[in-house]
Amino acid sequence: MMMNNYLMLSAALFVIGAVGVMIRRNVIVVMMCIELMLNAANLSFITFANYRHDMTGHAFVFMVIAVAAAEAAVGLAVVLAMFRNRETVDVDEMNSMKG
Amino acid sequence: MEMIPLPQISVGAIAPELTLVAAAMIILMLEVFTISKGRDNLAYVALAAVGVAGYLVIESLGSPMTTFSKMYVVDDFSGFIKLVCLLGAGMTILMSVKYTRDEGIDGGEYYSLLLFATTGMFFMVSGADLITIFLGLETMSISLYALAGYARGRLASNEASIKYFILGALSSAFMLYGMSMIYGAAGVTNLHEIARIIGQNKENIHLVMLGGGLVLIGFAFKISAVPFHMWTPDVYQGAPTPITAFMSAGPKAAAFAAFIRVFSDALISLQYQWWIIVWILAVLTMTVGNLIALSQENIKRMFAYSSIAHAGYILVGFTAGGKLGESAMLFYLLIYTFMNIGAFAIVAIVGQQGEERTSVSDFAGLGYRHPLLGLAMVALLFSLAGIPPTAGFWGKYYLFTAALDQGYVWLAILAALNSVIAVFYYLRVIVVMYMREEKGESLPQNAFPASIVVVILVAIYGSVLLGITPGGYLALAASSSLAH
Amino acid sequence: MNQYIPVLLMFAAGAGVAVAMLGLSELLGPKLRFREKMEPFECGENQVVSPKRRFSVRFYLIAMMFIIFDIEAVFLFPWAVVFQSLGLFGFVEMMIFILVLAVGLVYVWKKGALEWE
Repeated sequence: MMMNNYLMLSAALFVIGAVGVMIRRNVIVVMMCIELMLNAANLSFITFANYRHDMTGHAFVFMVIAVAAAEAAVGLAVVLAMFRNRETVDVDEMNSMKG
Repeated sequence: MEMIPLPQISVGAIAPELTLVAAAMIILMLEVFTISKGRDNLAYVALAAVGVAGYLVIESLGSPMTTFSKMYVVDDFSGFIKLVCLLGAGMTILMSVKYTRDEGIDGGEYYSLLLFATTGMFFMVSGADLITIFLGLETMSISLYALAGYARGRLASNEASIKYFILGALSSAFMLYGMSMIYGAAGVTNLHEIARIIGQNKENIHLVMLGGGLVLIGFAFKISAVPFHMWTPDVYQGAPTPITAFMSAGPKAAAFAAFIRVFSDALISLQYQWWIIVWILAVLTMTVGNLIALSQENIKRMFAYSSIAHAGYILVGFTAGGKLGESAMLFYLLIYTFMNIGAFAIVAIVGQQGEERTSVSDFAGLGYRHPLLGLAMVALLFSLAGIPPTAGFWGKYYLFTAALDQGYVWLAILAALNSVIAVFYYLRVIVVMYMREEKGESLPQNAFPASIVVVILVAIYGSVLLGITPGGYLALAASSSLAH
Repeated sequence: MNQYIPVLLMFAAGAGVAVAMLGLSELLGPKLRFREKMEPFECGENQVVSPKRRFSVRFYLIAMMFIIFDIEAVFLFPWAVVFQSLGLFGFVEMMIFILVLAVGLVYVWKKGALEWE
């Protein structure tokens, strides 16, 4: 069945994104992985919406796209602020606080 | 041309939200058009907006309604949490006036981000649909990522912001994926409809359970429940102190409200599956939070772990559920806002410029140098520790009796043991304040502007006087709970 | 067939505008010929570089602005499709949305975030 294929693709994308967030050290790459996870959820919404002939899923995806853009912009901004102070985008080097 | 039927819309229902958004945009425009003159006034514009929104919320109490295609619900439950959020926002704005000026980060964006975050919380607590809840959550979180990194020049603030952003976005992604599964199983996003459909049709129950689990992880991140608490200490320590205070109150209350709405409305038919998970989360959160707090040297970090422990106490009420559990949670969220923001206001005063004095030993001798400030801190710490007759005691008492009432005897015992552990680290600060040899010099005269004194007085009112006469607020919390 | 005539007219108008612009700039514009000017894509960047090269941090700022203001189109397209069935209400609603974005744009502009230097 077609729906299963889409759902498996979406699950695979989500897992790749989640693993990427955990193992990659470059903040920009981590942000790309988060974007991948959001898009995996979008794909899942679209698949279910198509299967049920329901528009709510599509509307949700529009909202998620807008949210993802805002999130990416704020993420880039905080990375930029960090880079100006420290000249690094490596998450392992962000360890000034301990306890 | 065929016209599309328009949904029923009630602008009156979202009047508080509109007020906050309009004020936030006005502040942004004032910021760029009235160059650097009278920036403190922007704080008072924000405060006025909070006041107007509070008035509108109070007006709406007692007349529940559902509007915007059943996506938005205004009821006493949302009203109560909204007032808690506004209280947090108002106290934060007042304590920010001096802080931001000292740190050189005063600007309109600060206050408009605070208002946007508060608007997000409003949408979260009033959301009767997965879409509204997700949008509210993101509006709140995105504003908070920016606020956590607002002290751009300070490395700790940068780090706090990036860590908060990465883990926050990760948790949002988990929640969204979970929502997509619930939508897939039920075919709707309205919470009531989801409850109705999955109550009748058990065919897709595994999909709902998986989705519910992912949504639970998302909420656990937002309320910093163990084991999803890793971001909390770093973010609380690195963020500017008023923002730390803000994050520990409103956003947590809003996340709890949305948590209650999703799990005790939409997923009520899975109650027997999720209560055990919440039970474990509650015990882990209390215990880990309290034990790690014992060994903290930085006071902001200590309060971070203590706030994790407090989330655990509130989860005890959530496990108990029912009218008793819910009203105890609401009451606790209210008094926690008072006492925690008050304590952070004192931390901000002692921290002084650049937040250089935030270790516990910086409080040495404070009780002698500034007797009144010391006394205020003692009262707030007593309340946080839950020592009678403070409000903190009554808050814990109602939470734990709610658990006992539902037969969760072990949970209540573990919670009580935990509040005993908590007494140690709160008392340690008091011991340092009064018994350690003083090394620091007195705070400068200008460390106590009227704005911050007001915050501390409000906090004292909420955590001490409210403990002596909790009746009215408790009745309000009880009438505001969702369960009947 | 009749319903495609507007489309054909659009094609004709589009082609006409394009030809007119190219022709007019060829006729009226000043002619400078140096190396950057002769490259196929004239956007300030060399086309053939090592992929490991680091970009100026300013590009990130521009990218941020682009993302935020670009996304409004996501809401504008579906709105435009059903514009006539929404009536006045839909129009007012979208104007409010654009007003909010405009406030953001004014803020960004006045803050100087659109300046390259």
